Amino acid sequence: MRSSLSLTDGEKAMLDGVHGVARQKAMELLVRYAEALGAERFVDTNNVAGVPGSSTLFLENYYKQNAGDASYEAVFSLFDLDAGQVMEVPSAQTYCCHLQGGLDPVAWQEQGFSREAFEHQQKDEAAVAARGVQILKTCTPYLAGNVPVKGEHCAWMESSAVVFCNSALGARTNTEGRESTSAAMLTGKIPDWGFHRDEFRYGTHSVEVETPVESVMDWGMLGYFIGSAVEENIPVITGKVGQPNLARHKHFGAAAASSGGIELYHMVGITPEAPTREMAFGKRQPVADIKYGPAERRATYELLNSTARDTNVDYVMLGCPHASIEQLWEAARLLDGRKLHSGSSLWVFTSRAVKTTSDLNGYTKIIEAAGGRVMTDTCSAIGRILPKGTKVVALDSAKQAHYLPAMMGIEAWFGSTTDCVNAALTGHWEGRLS
Amino acid sequence: MTATTITLRGRKVVGGCAEGEALVTHQTISGWGGIDPMTGTVIETHHELRGISFKDKVLVFPGAKGSSGWSAAFHLARLTNSAPCAMVFNIMNTKIALGAVVMHTPSVTDLDQDPLTVIETGDWVKVDGDRGVVEVTKRR
Repeated sequence: MRSSLSLTDGEKAMLDGVHGVARQKAMELLVRYAEALGAERFVDTNNVAGVPGSSTLFLENYYKQNAGDASYEAVFSLFDLDAGQVMEVPSAQTYCCHLQGGLDPVAWQEQGFSREAFEHQQKDEAAVAARGVQILKTCTPYLAGNVPVKGEHCAWMESSAVVFCNSALGARTNTEGRESTSAAMLTGKIPDWGFHRDEFRYGTHSVEVETPVESVMDWGMLGYFIGSAVEENIPVITGKVGQPNLARHKHFGAAAASSGGIELYHMVGITPEAPTREMAFGKRQPVADIKYGPAERRATYELLNSTARDTNVDYVMLGCPHASIEQLWEAARLLDGRKLHSGSSLWVFTSRAVKTTSDLNGYTKIIEAAGGRVMTDTCSAIGRILPKGTKVVALDSAKQAHYLPAMMGIEAWFGSTTDCVNAALTGHWEGRLS
Repeated sequence: MTATTITLRGRKVVGGCAEGEALVTHQTISGWGGIDPMTGTVIETHHELRGISFKDKVLVFPGAKGSSGWSAAFHLARLTNSAPCAMVFNIMNTKIALGAVVMHTPSVTDLDQDPLTVIETGDWVKVDGDRGVVEVTKRR
């Protein structure tokens, strides 16, 4: 069967090796990927977010045994570019950043990592930085300096960042993977398919919100409900929603991407591509009309709390997706002058950039004086890390409540940030649906 | 050719030929957090294939869902020799396209009959990725 993919002269030159073997292999991978999708062309991108060359201990051992080489170049060549040969890895061709990693570069011992794992991470990070990739180390690059604008073609990984990029910002990205983002960094190309194209961005499902949605917790629940209801489709939301700020978009989108796989949503009168309902749907009719009322809200709350039995809480995790400075300010206000219950832990995860601001404002000091910790780079799900002996966790993130109990075999309560901080102060869960 | 052989025609996703026993699910599959790449086993809590491995099977399913780590999780399954030998699926997205490419598994989509209706777990399935042809020999 003939491929429908057409290439520009510049792309053909890359494939012919004019710009070196690494860019040639990157382009070969992108051509295989574009053909698999059925794409007809590539689009230029100058904004890439991925995890280039990240090597776990498994990958390191695997390539040591099977290729006799587990250097950064080897992992990047053999895994990221699937090149079949080890090559010198040139600097990034595009503006690009490194997303979240596995461990905190300062608090790694507290998180239970070995020195070997820490040193491995340091080596990887130096290799990435040396190639012009910004070390943002966060699932929220848009809070750490990489903020795409409307219409900008991006190649991003991380489902919560992808949905924020498409929906709140109106930029354009598919959910890319590790291999495609690494190839895009070297070529500035990504298949012109899916969310890069106008016709793919119109709404498919109508969602009428019939119960007021104002708080971050309510936005998280609404996202979780809509994700289950529309799966990977594009919801258009109308009704009793207040004006969402950044934290509300962040929690809504992350939840919707976890329960369903939503990569783009429209909120009429709120998000950039939905000034009106008609514009959000294009000329199409919604394939389904979905309602979110008090009964759906109650059912969502119960679903998110379905793993929890024991009201004794030993761990509270905040910062999924990574906390904004507003959320660190809020945590500091809730903890100011107080002490965590003995035997309770509270970890707040954020990016290094936001933590720096938190440090300068004294929020970190307040949170740590109460007995909490502010950590960067990772989270309990990504790093698979819990304070020792954790059996019951309290979470203010529907996304984390979706993943953490299944991944770590613990019980999880879901509620507001205040419910969670109170649980850390008293050792008991007293959250309820208001 | 016996009456129990059915041929489906579709579009190449990844070329090459492979054959094996079908493993069919009507549910989409998550990569990162949804499978164990060391064994090829589905681990997602409420999945109908939970605890079952797709290693060396022809995986017949609607498509991919979940984290952007889909391709990397299935890529790892290839390194541990736990990947499916071929894939037949309905819904195209970036996760499954990239995953199929880096797994090097012959894969076909856009078929003229719904593979989820025609193929049952245990049927013998030959996948010719280059021609987009899927040949199913019914188990009974």
